[in-house]
Parts: sequence; C-alpha cells; structure tokens
Amino acid sequence: MNRDAERHKLFNRRCVMLVGGKAVLVSALIGRMYYLQVLESERYKTLAEQNRINLRLLPPPRGRVIDRFGVPLANNQQNYRVLLIPEDTRDVAATLDSLDEIISVGPGERRRILRDVKRNRSFVPVTLRENLDWGEVARIEVNAPDLPGVMIDVGQSRDYPHADQLAHVLGYVAAVSPKDQTGDPLLELPGFRVGKAGLEKIHDLNLRGRGGSSQVEVNAYGRVIRELRRKEGEPGAEISLTIDMGLQKMASQRMADESAAAVVLDVHNGDVLAMVSTPSFDPNLFNTGLSAVQWKGLVNNPRAPLINKTIAGRYSPGSTFKMCVLLAALEKGVITPSSRIFCTGFLELGDARFHCWKKHGHGLVDAHQATVQSCDVFFYDIAKRTGIERIAAMARRLGLGAQLGIDLPGEQAGLVPTPKWKRGALDAPWHQGETLIAGIGQGYMLTTPLQMAVMTARIANGGFAVKPHLTRAITKDGVAKSKEADKFDSLDLPLRHLEIVRAAMNDVVNSPRGTAYRSRIKEPEFAMAGKTGTVQVRRISKAERKKGVRKNEDLPWKVRDHALFVGFAPADNPRYAVSVVVEHGGGGSKVAAPIARDILAEAQRRGSAGRPVKTAGQRAPADTHRTVPKERDG
Amino acid sequence: MREDSLNQPEFTFGQKLLNLHWFLVFLICMTAAIGVAMLYSAANGSFQPWASRHMVRFGVGLVVMITIALIDVRIWLRYAYVFYGLSLVLLILVEIMGYVGMGAQRWLDLGYFNLQPSELMKIALVLALARYFHGLSLEDVERPTRLIMPLLMVFTPAGLVLRQPDLGTALMLILASGGIFFVAGVRIWQFALVIVSGLIAAPVGWQFLHEYQKARIMTFLNPEADPLGAGYHIIQSKIALGSGGMTGKGYMQGTQGHLNFLPEMQTDFIFTMLAEEFGLVGGLGLLAMYGLLLVYGVAIATRSYSQFGRLVAMGVTVTFFLYVFINIAMVMGLIPVVGVPLPLISYGGTAMMTLLIGFGLLIGVWVHRDVVIGRRGGDEV
Repeated sequence: MNRDAERHKLFNRRCVMLVGGKAVLVSALIGRMYYLQVLESERYKTLAEQNRINLRLLPPPRGRVIDRFGVPLANNQQNYRVLLIPEDTRDVAATLDSLDEIISVGPGERRRILRDVKRNRSFVPVTLRENLDWGEVARIEVNAPDLPGVMIDVGQSRDYPHADQLAHVLGYVAAVSPKDQTGDPLLELPGFRVGKAGLEKIHDLNLRGRGGSSQVEVNAYGRVIRELRRKEGEPGAEISLTIDMGLQKMASQRMADESAAAVVLDVHNGDVLAMVSTPSFDPNLFNTGLSAVQWKGLVNNPRAPLINKTIAGRYSPGSTFKMCVLLAALEKGVITPSSRIFCTGFLELGDARFHCWKKHGHGLVDAHQATVQSCDVFFYDIAKRTGIERIAAMARRLGLGAQLGIDLPGEQAGLVPTPKWKRGALDAPWHQGETLIAGIGQGYMLTTPLQMAVMTARIANGGFAVKPHLTRAITKDGVAKSKEADKFDSLDLPLRHLEIVRAAMNDVVNSPRGTAYRSRIKEPEFAMAGKTGTVQVRRISKAERKKGVRKNEDLPWKVRDHALFVGFAPADNPRYAVSVVVEHGGGGSKVAAPIARDILAEAQRRGSAGRPVKTAGQRAPADTHRTVPKERDG
Repeated sequence: MREDSLNQPEFTFGQKLLNLHWFLVFLICMTAAIGVAMLYSAANGSFQPWASRHMVRFGVGLVVMITIALIDVRIWLRYAYVFYGLSLVLLILVEIMGYVGMGAQRWLDLGYFNLQPSELMKIALVLALARYFHGLSLEDVERPTRLIMPLLMVFTPAGLVLRQPDLGTALMLILASGGIFFVAGVRIWQFALVIVSGLIAAPVGWQFLHEYQKARIMTFLNPEADPLGAGYHIIQSKIALGSGGMTGKGYMQGTQGHLNFLPEMQTDFIFTMLAEEFGLVGGLGLLAMYGLLLVYGVAIATRSYSQFGRLVAMGVTVTFFLYVFINIAMVMGLIPVVGVPLPLISYGGTAMMTLLIGFGLLIGVWVHRDVVIGRRGGDEV
C-alpha cells in the first residue's frame, strides 16, 4: 500500500512532466499557426488567389480595311470549326469514325487529334477541323446525335474579298512567329494572327486592337467554375485607304497577263488611288498557311509575285526621265524654249558615238519637238551642258533617289547617280559619257514606279512636292481620325518651265508625231498627257543581229526591253498621275501607253479622286462602263 | 481522500451510468459534430458522401464507447494479454494475406467491413503494457531486465506495422508506449540511452540504403524540394492555412478546399480546411477543445486508484495527443506527411473506432476509479 502510494506519486510527477512536454509541443503548433496565418498570411492569400484565378484573354476582332468609297478590302469572316470535348464522348475513336463518314478525316489528321486529346484534360475542347464550309456544318449538325461531344464553334479569320487584286497593298496576316513576340499577351494566344506584310504589317497595332480579359475561377484541374470579372477589349481600328477598289480592280485585270507595275496618284494630295503589281498572289492562302509547294511556286516564280514592284522594283526611267533633264537645263539656262539642236542620229564625245534611237536623226529640233519625238541627241547635248550635279538635284526635287515614305514596308530608294556617289560606291571617277547616258534616263539611274508617278504628279500639279500615302483615315471606337491634309512645299519650279514640259507631254500623246499618239484618249475632256520610255535590258549583240534577230520581240522574255509610260490627265487641268512599267514588255509606246490610257480613262470616268460615293448602288454604273474604252479603242 | 472508494468499491449498472463522465462525452460529441460540419463543407455542402456516414459511424462508436466504459476495468486487465495476442496474430495475418489498399497492406477484408489490425493494436498495446507495469513494483521497474519483455511487446507490432509500411502508426505505437514507460516510472537515463543509441544507429543505417531509398527519404523529409510531386500536397496545405488568415474565409468559402487544390481534405487535411474557413481563431478553438479533452484525460489518470487504470488512462490520452499533434504538425509542414488522421473529425471508420474504444476505456477508468486491483489482478492489495 505504501509502495503503491509512492508509485502513484511518481506517476503523478511523471504526468506533470509529460503534460509539460505536451504543452511545449502544442505551443509549437500554435506558434506555427500564428506564423502561417498571421505573419505570412498575405503571401499565402496571394498564392491562393493565383491558384484560383485564371486570366483568359479575349481576342479583339481585327479591324476592317475599306477603300476610299467604303468598299471592304479586308474583313473578318466567320470561321466554322468543329470541336470535340473528349469527356462528353464515351469513345473518341468511335466518334472519329462516325465523323469520318461525314467529313473525311485523314490518318494524319486522326493522329493529330488523338494526340491532342491525350495531351489535354478531358474537358478541354480539341479542334478537329477548321474552315468548314456550310455543307459540312449542316451535315455535322444533322448527325449530331451520332456525334457525342462534337460541337461546332465559330471563330474569326481574315478574309480578303478581292484576293490577289490588292494583295501587295494589304499584305497578309499569318501565325505569330517567335520574333513577332513583343510581350503583348494576345500574341501568345493559339491561332492568333499578325500582319506580316503590307498595310496589315504597318497598321498591325491599330488593326489588332486591345485584348479584353476574363477572370475566371478554376479548380485544381483547370476546369472553369465561374467568371469573376470581365474586361471587354477594344476592337481593332477600321482603316480607310486612299485606294479606289474599282480602279484597282480594273487596272489589275488589265495587267494580269504581264509582269508589270502601275501607280495612280491624285496629283494634288498624293492619295494613291491604285497600286498594282502583277503577277500577284492570294493573301487568303497565308491565313490558313501555305503548303510547301505553294510557297516554292511563289518564291521561285521569275516574275516575283510576292514583290510589290511599285515600291520595290527598281527600273531605269529611260525617256520618262527626259522631263527632269529638260527642267534642269531650263533652270540653268543652257537652253531657251526656242533653242534648237541638229540631230544627225548620233552625238560624238571624244572617240565615242552616242546614238539616237532614230538611226538617221531627227534633224533640227527644239525642246518641245525633242520631247515629243523623244530625240536622244538633244538630251545628250543639254545633259552635257547642264551637268550631272544639276540633273541629280532636279531628280531629287522631283522625288527620285530617296524613299518617299509611303505607308508600306519595303520601299526602295532607287538611285540617282552623282560623281560623289560613284566614287564612294564604285571607287571610280565619273565620265562625261555617263552624264550623257543619265540624260536619257539610263545607266546607273534607278527609280521605282511609285517615284515615277510622284515625279509626274509634281510636274502636273505645278511643282508641289506631293508625297504619296495609302492611309486615308483610322476609325477607332467610332471616331474617325482622317489624315491631315498635307501642305506640300513648292519645288520653286518656274511655271513657264513646267508649262513647256506639260505642253510637250501633251503632244507626246495628242500630236500625230508623238510617240504615244495611238494611245491617246479620244474624249477631249479626259485627254491625257505623258511620256513613253523603253529601257534596254540588254543590247542586241552583233552575233544575234547576224542570226536575224532585229527586233526586241525576237529575244527571250528575260532580256527584252522594259516598257514604261508616265502620264497625267486631264491634260489641261491635271488631277491624276500614272506610271506604268511592263517588265520586258517591249516598247513604251506600244505596251505601256495603252495600259496607262485605259487606267487614266477609267479613273476619270469613275471620278476616283472625287468625293466618296456612299452606297454600292451609286457605284455600280461606273463599274458597268468599265469595258467601254477597250471596245472603242480595240 | 479515498473514504468513499473504500466504502463502496462496487457500483450497480445504474450508478455506473450516472457516474459516466458526461462532460467528457459531451466534449467528444461536440468534436464529432465539428467533424460532421467540416465533412459537409468538404462535400461542397452535402451530407453525401462523407458527413452522413461519419454521423452513423460516430453513433455506433458512441454506443461502443459507453458499453466499454461500463465494463469493469478488471475484465480488461484479465484479458489484456489475450487482446494483445489476438491483435498480433491479426497483424501477422495482414502481413500474409493482406489486402492492398492505399498503396500499403493494412486491412483485413472481413466481408462487410475492413479490419485494420494496426489500429486495434494501439488499444491492445496500451492494455498489455498497463497490465505489465501494473504487475511491477517500483523496484522491479528500475531493473533493466524487467524492461526487455515490454520492449519486445512494443517493437514486435511496431516492426510489423512498419513493414506494411505505415510509418505513422508505427511511430504512434512507439511514442505512446514511450509515454506509458515514462509514467510507469522507468528511469529517465534509460530513455536517454534508447534515444542516444537510436541517434547513433541512424547514420550507420543510412549507409546501407540504396540511392533511390535515400532519395525517397529525402523527399519525405523535405517535400517542398519536389513541388509537383510529394511537395504539392503540403505546399497547397500551407497556402490554404495561410490564406485563411486570422478569421478565415467563412464556412464553405474556402477556395483551396472547394476548388480541389487541397488534397485529401476529408481525411488527413481536414484541419487545413477548418483553418482555411475559420482562420487562426477556428484552429485555436479546436485546439482548445482537444486540450480540454487531454486535461480531463490526465485528470482521470491521476484520479484512478489502480496503477492499471492510471496507465490505461494515460496511454489513451497520450495516443489521442499523438493523433492530434502529428496530424496538425503534418498539415502545417512541421513534420513530414505520415498519414495520421485528425481525431473525431477526419473521415475514416477505423481511427474513429480506435479513438472511441480508447475513450471508452478512459471513461471506464473514471467510472471504476476507486476499484482496487491487486498486483496479480485480484482484489488483494
């Protein structure tokens, strides 16, 4: 009993010690709880929110592009796609078999689908097929009972209704590549498209808009439980172009068979009314992705369909440059309008002979006649007396030799050669003969069709330094921001000099002795003025001459002459300027001038530069008249 | 002090019923009610599938508990070794023809329910050790040779459980036994000897492990090094706890739990859910209830006239404390995850039955606090 009481006492002592130990352990628990729930609470609250809340981006609709009259040029099209939610179907393979009977599913596609199904959680929709046509959508809808878990979804894809007719101006959109990543989370969305060329590229940020976001609550498996907050995005801006699609369409159809470029400008404000480069491509193809064969076909085509020749093609201006030489000579005073030069068919400089295109010469010609008949000897002579520096300076004033800053990517500067340039680039001295060659727009001189059109516009508008542009207005949130009317600097060209040049250009087309007389516009109010140009790509060699090759047409296409024409209309009160380059087309008067005539006639009949016509109904008559000039002249 | 006990060592059934520790029963019921509420929340506001079954199990367990409480402690003393032996046999049976569930062999399929002998062993070991130490005088306890037998009684089942492998239960068996050894009066230097030799043995044993075994133990000890695998659970648990803050997110408003970030929230991680929804205040409240249960357990132990009763009461209390401590420390990332449920709250029948049997014994010790039991188990002093 005594021992037992002792045992009880020891037990109680030990109990107290044990309880003490437990108390220490419980304090540790409380301390830990305090640390987690009070001291570190904010950090864990953030982590819990990160767990729970997922930010979903809502892609904004891409902005439309319309022409100056409101004709849609780039739209967003409903893109029907068929999705499969794996958890809603009992047997994915069987569902695919049923679907295969409706829209055939290839083995490669099937593998891709099964892989996607395996990779994602069972409630994540897997895309089975995109860009379904109406028939396929209807058939799937009808067979819905046999297709558990299959649903039709509407997305948006870019659509260019005019396909290849405006491809170089609009450019195209395509999937985002790693180098496009700028940190905009929209770019990381699967299936998102960005502008890769043309206006789609230049205005990509405007057209893209701003993505909205939806905060959703998700569970640990990523399933969306509910939407917590939604921030609507900002749809892309609508861009209105200076292009007149009617004119553009006509011109691109007119030039469809050639490898050619044409630009139509409003001479007063620099609006680009048409910009055609042929052959072209269908930008819709880039949206869905090109096949390797299609891509190779585009890249390896010798006529370079992917290149916008109006801004990236560089051509010798040839005789179309003679206006520039004439203006430089008049400004320096080396000739007067009445000064005459005798053309014997060639001009001798040292040991070299510089031939006129007319073998036996033009005889006595003044500036007017020399331009009308495109006498080379006259321009050799005045170029020699004016000097290359003055000619180059005039060329630059007229818009050659430098980028014009048009709102398109990939514009080329061209080249206006000077002795200084030659020393720098070729490390060789300038020869006077090269000045003579420059006098007829050949040699090192390179211009783009856009520059030629700008040069013509500056001559036609009375010597104002117009600059070309394509963007007319950007409409964001319903507010249109139009391009401010430019105040163009005067080029300080005396009006009488310009009138001499314009009168000569008028007679090039409208006088029977002019090189483009056959391509004149017969309605007097639409009469055009212009200048032809033919640029040798390669001389016909002596060997070829012996074999009987006399004419350009006998040569293979790649080495035939380029045909050029620049012009404006109406001749007496210019509004439109045009430049046409037909690669390897032959003579400017024969090939390029008729195209320019048709384009300028169409522009005037349509009133391309006029006030925008609001409705399609009012535009329709202009379209139906389009074929008239061809019949009349043909 | 003990006059009354000397005068009336025997009670009638009605007296026993009146003498039940009703406040303790009330506390136990309240804790189980918290469990029902949490399981209701865990099922996103539904009695199915957990809360209703939890209630039924508790109801059955409550009847078992009271029945056990009414049985004379001497009967437990008499059959203590029999229970122990039976439990050991069942443990070995599990080893032989165990049912594979939850990645470990723990259950015997008895047709309509699964028996987990390791849980049974928690009680049987307490009874067996209590009986053994009851029979030893203080002088006997101080003799090291007398400790060989109880050590074998502890480490045989602990070893078997470890093989399953169920580290949590093995740990609980050893620690609860340690508690009984301690209050039974085993010298402190002997404890120190065992602990020190264990610490020395550990690094030696480490050398014999394979690389993958070492890696598994390292992940076990430091789960956050593997945030997508083993560490995921504990990281999410800490986020849930921490984000609960002072007052919690509100009942049924816990995002971590309801959005399934929290794993096993109806079983091992239910404390996390409670602390997420009710915050530090709720967690401390539950700890206070457990604390109260423990205090009453210790009070009952010290109040018992027989050494057997004292040791049983203390063994049950220590086991209960270990459940609480290991579970909460585990979900807070203080100790590795060993799979010990939160008493009376976690969903799961076996642990609840173990605990209620234990509480039954505890209350039984209270009811029979004044019963005199001789060294050999008879009435002799």
